[in-house]
Amino acid sequence: MTHQMTFRGVTVAAEPGQSVAAALVAAGIHDWRTTRKGGRPRGLFCGIGVCFDCLITVDGVPDQRACLVAAAEGMTLGDEAEAGADREDAGDRRNADAAGA
Amino acid sequence: MPQVPDVAVVGAGPAGLAAAVEAAEAGLGVALIDTAGQPGGQYWRHYDEKHARPDDSAGHHGWPVFTRLRDRMYALRAAGRIRYLPGHQVWLVTRDASGAFTLRMTATTATAGGTDRTLVTGALILCPGGYDRQLPIPGWDLPGVMTAGGVQALLKGHRTTAGRRAVVAGTGPFLLPVATGLARAGVTVAAVVEANATLGWLRDPVGAISAPGKGVEALQYVALMARHRIPYKTRTVIREILGTDRVEAVRLARVDCDGRPTGPDEELPADLVALGWGFTPSLELPLMLGAQTAKDVDGSLVVAVDDRQRSSVEGLYVAGEATGVGGAALAVQEGRLGALALADALGRPADPAAMRRLGRAVRRGRRFAVAMHRTYPVPRAWPQWLSETTPVCRCEEVSYGDLRRAHDDLGAEDARTLKMLARPGMGWCQGRVCGFATAGIAACLSRRETTPGDLRSLATRSLAVPVPLGELAALTEDTTPVAAAGEPTEQRGRDGE
Repeated sequence: MTHQMTFRGVTVAAEPGQSVAAALVAAGIHDWRTTRKGGRPRGLFCGIGVCFDCLITVDGVPDQRACLVAAAEGMTLGDEAEAGADREDAGDRRNADAAGA
Repeated sequence: MPQVPDVAVVGAGPAGLAAAVEAAEAGLGVALIDTAGQPGGQYWRHYDEKHARPDDSAGHHGWPVFTRLRDRMYALRAAGRIRYLPGHQVWLVTRDASGAFTLRMTATTATAGGTDRTLVTGALILCPGGYDRQLPIPGWDLPGVMTAGGVQALLKGHRTTAGRRAVVAGTGPFLLPVATGLARAGVTVAAVVEANATLGWLRDPVGAISAPGKGVEALQYVALMARHRIPYKTRTVIREILGTDRVEAVRLARVDCDGRPTGPDEELPADLVALGWGFTPSLELPLMLGAQTAKDVDGSLVVAVDDRQRSSVEGLYVAGEATGVGGAALAVQEGRLGALALADALGRPADPAAMRRLGRAVRRGRRFAVAMHRTYPVPRAWPQWLSETTPVCRCEEVSYGDLRRAHDDLGAEDARTLKMLARPGMGWCQGRVCGFATAGIAACLSRRETTPGDLRSLATRSLAVPVPLGELAALTEDTTPVAAAGEPTEQRGRDGE
């Protein structure tokens, strides 16, 4: 039975046994947060829990390593803050950071 | 099993699994702690066993070795001789005056995993393994760039490919199984980009004689590369990874034996880049206990052990990649040797002939590892590939330019000072990813070799993994009684209080 999860309103399917990150990547989603300073997109990098690049909010719990969390039915993934409010706003965030520096 | 095990083994990869099984069969009470939900470590990473398919073991080397060890471990657990704690990560380890070790643990993930919080043990065998060593490259922070091991983990652990057209780059024999694994899964591998000349170790008399089977293994990969028509570009490196919000292409250049670019650049389109430059041993736990370390032939910081896997700390044994990167077969032998040596030290019967055999096998394995390290070094000139804006620390977004300025303007001459002034290695991963590179940059900027001190300042962590503040608060409440009494404190449910 395939699990159905939601990532920012989009349905993402996962095979039982897959990680949250694997399901996202398999669905063509390669990044799910932006960095604090540069507003750069981040997704999977080390894939084994070492680098913390793939942090994501899972069911409201922030900063979970997407590569380690097992996908489950009905999971809600990601939140607005991680996305840098909205992709269009990422540039503004960058500018704000630069102005503040 | 008694509340306090004779030994705790940390890590259930090749070394830890072998150590736990051997120790339990020698009559010791064993606790086996592992971050993952099932045994195997990174090397034998496989799909969730609850949803296994027959072809999940495809492409795995030494798979029967793993399944035999795993089955023995499960049998010993059923017999009450191994207490197996999957889904637990150790974030703090201490040793009190009586010689007892206290391990503090949390669940690996919030959604599943470990519930045990504290474990006290008389002896410790640390088998923490390692992870892909990375060098920063312009564009390496783009989504679609992954570690070679991460690509492999996604494939073997999650049956998922992260792209359709891949370039696998860096140095070392590990690039080959990653490339052929991707090809078997239907990914077009545009090239394997190897910084060094290849297979030189086959001509190295000591290396080839030490591990004759490895020559056969290498030739099998070469044949697979040919079958999948994967171009193998040696003495070549990625100069830059191109793309805006996602990898689109890589720019390659031929290099000389020190890694200095020599030829014209070449561009290859790709949507997945897998990078690996050997491996970095995970040393946070041995370093917390003050174990003596050394710089290995491959430039990594490793724990110094004697011919019985004993570290400089009494009661602390270390096996596998943490004592020097050498692969799974060697790790299994070291794990077994350490367990038998500990059993012997605790007065249990340990077959001296078996220990001598293992000792010889470990020495042979080390000789082979040295031959491999000499064939696939990180090119000396690699910092020349960096541009001012290349991110070195991905967490704190510290660029090569930031590090250069900390050196030139603020006088940072070593990795420790660079870290304090420019903050590389101060983010979420605590320098795991950028530690080797930052140590190398510190040395290069000051025109000297990397020292163990450079490496240690990026490898030492006050906590092995980030933990919720509640765990730290709980720690200050109960440290003293645990250390003094030398027996476990039941902390289950403390989170909810």
